[in-house]
Amino acid sequence: MKFQRPHALTKTEFHYCPGCSHGIVHRLVAEAIDELGVEGRTVGIAPVGCAVFAYNYFNCDMVQAAHGRAQAVATGIKRALPDGVVFTYQGDGDLAAIGTAETVHAATRGENITVIFINNAIYGMTGGQMAPTTLPGQVTQTTPYGRSTKDAGHPIRVCEMLATLDGVALAQRVSVDSVKNVKIAKKAIRKAFEYQMEGKGYTIIEVVSVCPTNWGLSMQDSLEWLRGSMLPHYPLGVLKDIGGGKEGKA
Amino acid sequence: MTEKILMKGNEALAEAAILAGCRHFFGYPITPQTELAAHMSKRMPKIGGVYLQAESEVAAINMVIGASAAGARAMTSSSSPGISLKSEGLSYLAGSDLPAVIVNVQRAGPGLGGIQPSQADYWQATRAPGHGDFRLLVFAPSTVQEMVDLVGIAFDLGDKYRMPAIILSDGLLGQMMEPVVMPAGSNTKVPERPWATCGHGGKREHNIINSLYIDPPNMEAITKARFRKYEEIKEKEQRREEYLTDDADVVLVAYGASARISRSAVDMARKEGIKAGLIRPITLWPFPDKAILSKKAAKAFLCVEMSMGQMVDDVRLAINGKKDVIFFGRTGGMVPTPAEVLKEIKKIKGGI
Amino acid sequence: MNMNLLLAGFGGQGILFTGKVIAYAGMLDGQEVSWLPSYGPEMRGGTANCSVCVSDAPIGSPLVTAPDVLVAMNLPSLEKFEPSVVPGGTIIVDSSIVSAGVKRKDVNVIYVPATRLASDNGLKGMANMVILGRMYNDIKFCSEEAFREGIKKSVPARKQELLDNNMTAVDIGIKSGE
Repeated sequence: MKFQRPHALTKTEFHYCPGCSHGIVHRLVAEAIDELGVEGRTVGIAPVGCAVFAYNYFNCDMVQAAHGRAQAVATGIKRALPDGVVFTYQGDGDLAAIGTAETVHAATRGENITVIFINNAIYGMTGGQMAPTTLPGQVTQTTPYGRSTKDAGHPIRVCEMLATLDGVALAQRVSVDSVKNVKIAKKAIRKAFEYQMEGKGYTIIEVVSVCPTNWGLSMQDSLEWLRGSMLPHYPLGVLKDIGGGKEGKA
Repeated sequence: MTEKILMKGNEALAEAAILAGCRHFFGYPITPQTELAAHMSKRMPKIGGVYLQAESEVAAINMVIGASAAGARAMTSSSSPGISLKSEGLSYLAGSDLPAVIVNVQRAGPGLGGIQPSQADYWQATRAPGHGDFRLLVFAPSTVQEMVDLVGIAFDLGDKYRMPAIILSDGLLGQMMEPVVMPAGSNTKVPERPWATCGHGGKREHNIINSLYIDPPNMEAITKARFRKYEEIKEKEQRREEYLTDDADVVLVAYGASARISRSAVDMARKEGIKAGLIRPITLWPFPDKAILSKKAAKAFLCVEMSMGQMVDDVRLAINGKKDVIFFGRTGGMVPTPAEVLKEIKKIKGGI
Repeated sequence: MNMNLLLAGFGGQGILFTGKVIAYAGMLDGQEVSWLPSYGPEMRGGTANCSVCVSDAPIGSPLVTAPDVLVAMNLPSLEKFEPSVVPGGTIIVDSSIVSAGVKRKDVNVIYVPATRLASDNGLKGMANMVILGRMYNDIKFCSEEAFREGIKKSVPARKQELLDNNMTAVDIGIKSGE
């Protein structure tokens, strides 16, 4: 890989922790925007969560939304700019807890937007509390004895859930834990943008990510935990693809 | 001038918003504002506009945020409990310096309350529409015609000052039909919004719509700048109507539906030789305190509301202890009668 | 002129429409007018009522609590609103639906078998217009021209084919009072 800053990223330095997946995913989104040549008509929506400052990193127009409301804001933008390219960038707490209603309804409306969903099974910005995607038994600040499914319920598989909705054109789960998976993730993100531009409907790319800081693990151990614990629960792959684009039907 | 027609307040307001250039409406069903959304759903598809029934009040106001950020004149409407749900969005609109028009067709509260007309959301609109240091423009129509006339002003001032505006209506004004003349011609030319996030097209730096300022000195400076703007608005945008106030001993202060009733009570009082008058605030924020303070001849003020007494706070702040301010109100969906108000006027007259 | 009217009956009897015609006619005569329906759950299959004010002065409260004219198209409406009518006011009753009589002695009472008159003439569902015609005949709340025009304005564009029937029903009502 040649390492050059995509135009769709600003020169502002990321504030993310060492080993965090956000930097890679930002880059993949920016590369897709560059390759499709749509920076000038793209509007991104930053969430509340670790990626709250995403508005400083992407060179396209950016809106910072209230916690969980990114897809409602995206809906408003897309309805006002039907020819725009609109994406949200959200974590698991933002998208699958406080913003569940906005997510499900944007999806079922077939809102022509692209959702980049970072699933790292934890609330990062507030310091490591249980997320809707926290695994059974996983220790977090607010599940100090491990997540008890009896008391705290079960983790949500967002892509599987959304794949049942008619408005969804593409729902794919990827990871950025290896060069191979980064390449798959990049293709998926680009395809999601392409589907949006073709007016196919709602597209979501879930990126199973690491959070070494709040998991309390080294970078290497984080990758191991992602592969050993998260991926069995959140299997990678295409959950729904209505076909089209350059990739064809999966 | 267009033809005089008979129209429901809710529908007239919706149509006037369209004439003011609004092409994006996001709402959620709630009584007694439903006709407003229904009118939008009927009209918007025919004029290339957007009507979208959101999954919640919260989503609706956030869609308004998105559309406004993208440069569109956007609007939502609801009724009291729904406005509470929109508080978060109102705060973000203010914190992001975004214009938008929000209509509250008030009903009785707290809680699910009742569905009959009320003015019990005055505090909410003028004091605490959401968390944080901010103000909203608040307009209080008292006739169907004024519902029409104020919508365009709310959109224009919202754009001028880059802030959201509330139209504080109520179930009575929303549901009633009155003769109305729609403005001739449509305002399709919405003011330029160079700050909008509508795609930079490679022609400028990227725009950011944001309410997050993590650095306290910066956050303080931005808030203070916003409050300097509020001071300017207080100076320039106070609106009210006066009726027989020049020689009035007893000056009634009432807005919206209760102002209509108060006006009838003033007429009844005058017939009995009592010098009563009425100040009707049209903007609730900025509150027309200058007009109230200028009534030197007045011996007492009577504030009439469909609540337990909320605007009366602002009247007292304006008077600042110099004169008696008395409150009369009905609440819970009850509408005061002119005879009840007259009785209060007479009580005051007996005491001064 | 200052006339406050209250029209009440079952949902579906055309109460709100009747009120709208009166308001339109008043407006066309250059009067100030208002029309206010009852709303909410009570409208779902239950009773409906509407307040109409016609006045030469600006209208204060559009909510009529002491009507000069009460139209009662069912028994519950008559029982509920009879006491609120101003002394010397008028109560119009659809006597083919309301079997009980008006108890008050200080009001004018007009009994019209409106529902029967309508159905006898093949105008089922237009009892409200029969009542309206009778009310116009007896009270003359507006000019003839405004009355006819008010009906035309109130019938929605997509239901213009019903205009003739509406006019016929109104004329039956007028005749019943002559």
